[in-house]
Amino acid sequence: MSERHAVQMRGITKRYPRALANDRVDLDVEVGEVHAIVGENGAGKSTIMKVLYGLTPPDEGSISLWGKELSGHRPADAIREGVGMVHQHFMLVDTLTVAENVVLGAEPCSHGCLLDVAAARERVRQLSSEYGLSLDPDDLIENLSVGLEQRVEIVKVLYRGAKILILDEPTGVLTPQEVRELFVILRALREAGRTIIFITHKLEEVLELADRITVMRDGRVAGVVSAAATTKEELARMMVGRDVLLRVTREEARPGEPVLQVAGLSAIGRKGSHVLEGIDLEVRSGEILGVAGVQGNGQTELVEVITGLRRASAGSVTVCGRETTNRSPRQMRDLGVAHIPEDRQARGLVLGFTVAENLILGRHHRKPFSSRGLLSLDDIRTHAERLIEEHDLRPRDPDGDAGHLSGGNQQKLIVAREFDGGPALLVASQPTRGVDIGAIEFVHTSLLRMRDQGAAILLISAELTEIMTLSDSIAVMYGGKIVAQFEGGAVGEEELGVAMTGGAGASAGGSAVRSDGRPPRHEMGAR
Amino acid sequence: MFELAVLDSALRMATPLILASLGGLFSERSGVVNIALEGILLTGAFASIVATYYTGNPWAGVFAGVFAGVLISLIHAIVSIVFKADQIVSGVAINLLAMGLTQFLTWIVWGSSANSPSVQGMAHWSLPEIWGPVARGVNVVISHYPPLVYVALILVAVSHVVLFRTPFGLRLRATGEHPEAVDTLGVSVHAMRFAGVLLSGAFAGLGGAFLALNTHQFVKNMSAGRGFIALAAMIFGKWSPGGALAACLLFGYAEAVQMGFQGQAVPTQFVQMIPYVLTMVALVGVIGRARPPAAIGKPY
Repeated sequence: MSERHAVQMRGITKRYPRALANDRVDLDVEVGEVHAIVGENGAGKSTIMKVLYGLTPPDEGSISLWGKELSGHRPADAIREGVGMVHQHFMLVDTLTVAENVVLGAEPCSHGCLLDVAAARERVRQLSSEYGLSLDPDDLIENLSVGLEQRVEIVKVLYRGAKILILDEPTGVLTPQEVRELFVILRALREAGRTIIFITHKLEEVLELADRITVMRDGRVAGVVSAAATTKEELARMMVGRDVLLRVTREEARPGEPVLQVAGLSAIGRKGSHVLEGIDLEVRSGEILGVAGVQGNGQTELVEVITGLRRASAGSVTVCGRETTNRSPRQMRDLGVAHIPEDRQARGLVLGFTVAENLILGRHHRKPFSSRGLLSLDDIRTHAERLIEEHDLRPRDPDGDAGHLSGGNQQKLIVAREFDGGPALLVASQPTRGVDIGAIEFVHTSLLRMRDQGAAILLISAELTEIMTLSDSIAVMYGGKIVAQFEGGAVGEEELGVAMTGGAGASAGGSAVRSDGRPPRHEMGAR
Repeated sequence: MFELAVLDSALRMATPLILASLGGLFSERSGVVNIALEGILLTGAFASIVATYYTGNPWAGVFAGVFAGVLISLIHAIVSIVFKADQIVSGVAINLLAMGLTQFLTWIVWGSSANSPSVQGMAHWSLPEIWGPVARGVNVVISHYPPLVYVALILVAVSHVVLFRTPFGLRLRATGEHPEAVDTLGVSVHAMRFAGVLLSGAFAGLGGAFLALNTHQFVKNMSAGRGFIALAAMIFGKWSPGGALAACLLFGYAEAVQMGFQGQAVPTQFVQMIPYVLTMVALVGVIGRARPPAAIGKPY
């Protein structure tokens, strides 16, 4: 075993009842490198990290840290050996302060058995300033942004003396700005001699940050490459096993009649302030209108008002020429409004229901799925089998639990349901958040196909590339208002970025409205 | 209604509630719902009288009450933590078990289906008078109530410190909020929850001991819903020792008032409802703003 290796894993196999999560996986991570593990959802990236951290015992294989073999270790042992993990879903207690979360489980003590809060604070301050994290030890977690929460997680592992940091999908929940800041922090950590293992499926990030890359596919290692000697296309091919369209090609739109017209729309938030203020939008059939913006600037509320989930306080929503302001979600659906919600697990699916049941949600009360108040199980099943086939949902099991599907397949399920029946208007909110590149390709081509078939699509996304690739025109939201509108293809990422942060340059090239310069309101933050 | 006698009796009435709701606090803060408080109170009450009956020493009764409380809450811990059963169902089962078991054992031990014979109560604390006027002054304070009243008040303060100023308390609270987080930091969720539930058994057992020793005997079903009221007080007090204390004093006061009203023109049945109605009013009025531990009731 070599001295320069921080981690050596050999022949790791992990079986789950329904799947082989890791199949003889080898992983070598050198001391002081940023090592990326890429792969689609379900490729076994998270499993191999859980094995390394001791959360999941492997069925076969050996693990060495710093050249020393471990066996049957638990997280406590991994922590002692200098391994720290920043989980994909943050492991933070909302009601406790930053300092309390950091020291939890390894608390400094004073007077024998009392918690030494002063020492905890001091240590957090020290680590925070060392790596430029700007954390206040006394803030409550529930008041922090997602980006800051992640920094708390990083401080947590540093406090425990981690020399190997595992970050599981760290950028999935961050805004572009926060991603840049995170990378600065991670580079500083590498400078300080720490080893970083970085799990992701975003290829730009990998190439930007990593030194070496292990690509996983279907539970196996598909290859190990050096970041300097590879390309996005090559990585995508290794991940998916075939050539992938990283950027879909878009034909010229042939817009028809206006389908969605929003005029002077306002809505009031829980604390009584305006979360939407005077929104004017129009989406025609055969057209995609992209709404860009940093999360929490009213996009969520806009979608909710249009789909009938939230009441408008002023203004109007018109669908296909019919005034529909403040109709119920069911009435909106009956008018042909489909909705891909931003949080697929909370609003898109009933996780405890089967795939077949989820595929009829929203139309379950109508023929052919129910008649005389009873569900028609045969029709529901045939329907499910057809959609599973058409959209390549995996596993191909209409009776499987929707909660057991991978994120990408959950999203495909929602897309399959919402596209079925040819909606007049599709409201797609963050349609590719947290799904892998294979599924992104699928969602993007599906959206364009719907458009070409004459649907009007309102696309809300925090991913600028997604907005720019798909949209025929682009609106930018900031502070509950539309602050700029652009023709698709006539605007650069830089320009959009400025408008998204309410910058003064927003007027260039579009019919920009002056923003009031206020920061995004926390109240609207959809955490 | 505000005579000294009523306030005085309110504190006595509140004492078993205070102890039981402190118990509930530790359990719920660790993430385990404990509606078994009612049954634990009853068990503690019975055990304390049995021990006092055989030893003649009420302090042995106190110890037995605590011990029995821990023992019966161990069932709740094993069923709901190790076997991940529904915590409400487990709690209900323990309440029913305690009701039947104490009544059965009352019959076995004393041959009565309703109550035990009278036992010696607890002597009030006092300093010897020969220590002079200072001792007499101190005695005015410490010998007014049975010792467990003072113990309960001290335990409120101790609980506050333990929960909010020690590593143990931090871990316990974190376990009730986000057990996965605690687990990933190498702290055993099961151990923390066992500690929480067993502590709740000890506290509620102590409350039961006070309840029985204060009336010098065990009477069947003498807990009479106090476990549930204690639970309500804990929620009313927003899962904090100080809040629980205040809520218990309020409920204790309602009970004292109720006793003062008995024998007057109002039908007793209505008067007896006062504490319970107050419980409901308090919960409806306040619970909307209270936030329970996030992971409560969810097996890990």
